[in-house]
Amino acid sequence: MGALDRKLWRDVWHLRGQALAIALVLASGVATFIMFLATLDTLQITRADFYRDYRFAEVFAPLKRAPDGLRKRIAALPGVDRVDTRVVAPVIIDIAGFDEPITGIITSVPDHGEPVLNRLYLKSGRMVEAGRDDEVIVSEAFADAHRLQPGDHLSLIIKGRRKRLRIIGTAVSPEYIHQLRPGGVLPDFKRFGVLWMARTPLASAYDMEGGFNDVVLTLDPRANEQDVIDRLDEVLAPYGGLGAYGREDQSSNRFLSEELKQLQNSSTIFPIIFLGVAAFLLNVVVSRLIGTQRDQIATLKAVGYSNAAVVSHYLKLVLLIVLFGVLLGLGLGAWLTKSLAEIYMVFFRLPYLHYTLPPNVIANAVLVSLAAGLVGTWFAVRAAARLQPAQAMRPEPPAIYRETVIERLGLKRALSAPTRMILRHLGHRPLKSALSVLGIALACGIMTTGRFQTDTVNFMMNVHFGLSQRQDLAVTFVEPTSRRVLNDLLALPGVTYGEVYRSVPVRLRNAHYSERTAIQGLESGGNLHRLLDTNLDTIQIPKHGLVLTDYLGKLLHVRPGDLLTVEVLEGARPVRQVRVAALVKQYLGVSGYMDLAALNRLMREGRAVSGAYLDVDSAHATSIYHRLKEMPRIAGVAVREHEMDNFNRVMEETMLFWTAISTVFAALIAVGVVYNSARITLTERSRELASLRVLGFTRGEISYILLGELALLTLAAIPLGLLIGRGLCGLIADMIQSDLYRVPLILEPATYAFAASVVLIAAAASALLVRRRLDHLDLIAVLKTKE
Amino acid sequence: MGDQGSGHEQAPAARREPTDAFAAEPADAGESVFHARGLTKVYRMGEVRVQALRGVDLDLYRGEFVVLLGPSGSGKSTLLNILGGLDVPTEGTVRYEDHDLTVLDDAALTRYRREHVGFVFQFYNLIPSLTARENVALVTEIAEHPLAPEEALRLVGLGERLDHFPAQLSGGEQQRVAIARAIAKRPDVLLCDEPTGALDVKTGIVVLEAIADVNRELGTTAVVITHNADIAQIADRVIRLMDGRIAGIERNAVKKAPRDLVW
Repeated sequence: MGALDRKLWRDVWHLRGQALAIALVLASGVATFIMFLATLDTLQITRADFYRDYRFAEVFAPLKRAPDGLRKRIAALPGVDRVDTRVVAPVIIDIAGFDEPITGIITSVPDHGEPVLNRLYLKSGRMVEAGRDDEVIVSEAFADAHRLQPGDHLSLIIKGRRKRLRIIGTAVSPEYIHQLRPGGVLPDFKRFGVLWMARTPLASAYDMEGGFNDVVLTLDPRANEQDVIDRLDEVLAPYGGLGAYGREDQSSNRFLSEELKQLQNSSTIFPIIFLGVAAFLLNVVVSRLIGTQRDQIATLKAVGYSNAAVVSHYLKLVLLIVLFGVLLGLGLGAWLTKSLAEIYMVFFRLPYLHYTLPPNVIANAVLVSLAAGLVGTWFAVRAAARLQPAQAMRPEPPAIYRETVIERLGLKRALSAPTRMILRHLGHRPLKSALSVLGIALACGIMTTGRFQTDTVNFMMNVHFGLSQRQDLAVTFVEPTSRRVLNDLLALPGVTYGEVYRSVPVRLRNAHYSERTAIQGLESGGNLHRLLDTNLDTIQIPKHGLVLTDYLGKLLHVRPGDLLTVEVLEGARPVRQVRVAALVKQYLGVSGYMDLAALNRLMREGRAVSGAYLDVDSAHATSIYHRLKEMPRIAGVAVREHEMDNFNRVMEETMLFWTAISTVFAALIAVGVVYNSARITLTERSRELASLRVLGFTRGEISYILLGELALLTLAAIPLGLLIGRGLCGLIADMIQSDLYRVPLILEPATYAFAASVVLIAAAASALLVRRRLDHLDLIAVLKTKE
Repeated sequence: MGDQGSGHEQAPAARREPTDAFAAEPADAGESVFHARGLTKVYRMGEVRVQALRGVDLDLYRGEFVVLLGPSGSGKSTLLNILGGLDVPTEGTVRYEDHDLTVLDDAALTRYRREHVGFVFQFYNLIPSLTARENVALVTEIAEHPLAPEEALRLVGLGERLDHFPAQLSGGEQQRVAIARAIAKRPDVLLCDEPTGALDVKTGIVVLEAIADVNRELGTTAVVITHNADIAQIADRVIRLMDGRIAGIERNAVKKAPRDLVW
């Protein structure tokens, strides 16, 4: 090892505190980058593998009822590869010891063997056996939520009749990776169950013997999906077809895709912020660090080392620090990937995760980090190396200081000499001061992003559950029902108030833009389910026409006054032209809204309703649940309070992770910047400070000069940092909005306070570390050597 | 004034035009190593413009021991830096053997320093993170026919302190490491800027002896800057600078050994 390389290792060791701080900043950036991108890859690859291996269908078509013989006709349609027909039905599940009604969906599997499509990944137990009518397979998520195992029992309430079944297996299906109760906001595995039963007993329970009410199929590789869907709709029309759709409209897949799209956006924005900030800091810190080695650079040049040799020496120094940071970040990122991916399993029940750490992600993280380090070093070393050695070895000429604005304003007398030193030093190198402020401000800004999501989601949920959905219970009916059913509900003891609603599945079309969604018909003057705009003002539903969320309006390219084609995907499947009455800003969903009476007219039906919103006396809740379970028309019941609990639980499991990670990383960045600023300033000014000590200044007084500067920089950085934080959060809000929700820019004062506090604490900790060094300033040695 | 109390009259040659002074050099002084004409140097220190050299003509000869004498600000360091390729003149030419230093680019100046010049600085300029041996090795690794670092350190009397870091060495020892570092490459010229400036008398003499030994035993042309006129007695020739000009050049009839110096 050459002497220069030895210098390298010793310098790294000597600078270990600063090197570690820089490496940690970089590691935070790299870890975030790896974590997001590797999680994205892991989920995408796992999904693709699972879809392929378990033959996830490509086209889905629910219908009223068709005879088994129709299957052959469907299979013969051009473009169709494999076909499977099933019986699928909503169901109410009753589990001993659990009072609330549990909504579920039950799907048939063949009496023998595996389904052709949407195969089950058995996590435990076995598939059904022919000839037994009391066997059921439950989704793993549901089983976990209720601690059910093969051998346990549960009851189904089918058309008001109770049927006791034995659980023989738990499974995961590509069809139900995301399990959301229709109309729900977040998965609730306790209150929504996915079940499978043998075809014969299930068909008999639902009067579907010799028939089916659901078709799934896959496509020839060359087939056009839309053509197949059109042909299938044609075939199924006489059998009450409800409109075939492709994967992109399949509920589970759509949520998963939206979530992955959002993760992809997060993977762009967060790593760019973190890695960008880390790169910037690396750049600033390295430049200043090398600036302090100006005399050593001059010596190396004087004894005959070329510029290239000097530059490469310092590049190696930076490379070592960068590599250490990158390795640390890679390890940390790989570890965090597991945690983050597992958090996605709170929403998505994939049977397994194929963890990947894609080489290109690693390569990019390394390249960006190296580039950041090397560019910073390059310019700093070039500047130092370009000096004539003679000039570099001379003490730097006394810097040009001026009276600061504050002093010129006449406050000079009020300021002590040390205070004036602080102000003049900051004013002397405004760019350097500005960069330090910017560095600390960025750390502060990042800190706000961690809590932003929690703030904004809480806000949205408060709006959703607190202001918009005010009912205690939402009841959905098996099929559209006369509104007289409300009287039956109001007659239940404990039900104090009720309103009805109609929900119609539709495809909205404007030219070639189309969206599958639902139109909600709400009672005019209704009180329990309010439509709100983003000002939280109640929107009155117009007597005529359709109200769309502005996001849906954007997707369909329509404005108020435009005509929209509504293809109803239910009953007689009428197709109508409806005028768009208004667009409203809403945070959640992509629904359309109409006046209930207008929707009934559009459907050319009587006063049909799909469900009811109820207020109940909580003392009677349990007995109401029991009565509702026994009512044959009721397909599901949602309890608002439980939805809110579930929401809070899910938030805790998911948001806390990100808040913790981003807080730790931002704190590391804050410490990295502040500590390095302080250390470098100490190196640059130790001679000056030692001179003051010799002149009789106390340790406290010289600490004031150095740490006062640091404090001033930090205080200036915090308001800027909060502004930057707001800007970053706005950027994030824009990036992560999706079909599922628009994210308002909500930042609680507590979040600002938190970010500011962490930066202050980081600054104080750095100040303490530097203060220890100030106390051990070697006065004699400092004065003896030249600058 | 660096020559206060030196007691001897200025040589008559000094009052002549400098060019004539060099013309008057005896032929037996050896071949010219450095040949400088009309050197001026202006640089800026902050907002101040400093004229360090105002037209210097100078020849230095192979194997001689020259002392550049002058007070602070007389331009001696600037002159030395230009001779050593650490700095370039604002105007004028300087040749080292057949190289014109004023036209060399940075890379060529680096090569020149690496191949021909050994430097000793007032403040030693050792690399604090390297031991004595490693500081010398820093140079021997890039030189063509160097001494072993240990040998160079033995030459300056530091054979026993090879593995000490600069912070563990006294000022005199640090300066001798710097000299070892300068001579280890067997330079053609040894340029020393106030090598004793930061040292006490006794230590200063040890350091000067090391330089004198190298000059005598290796035949290295040595140029030593000082503002201490007593030190001038160990030189073959003494060149006085004042306000950026050569104020006089004299040849010592008797060259003292450093240990015989008193100051």
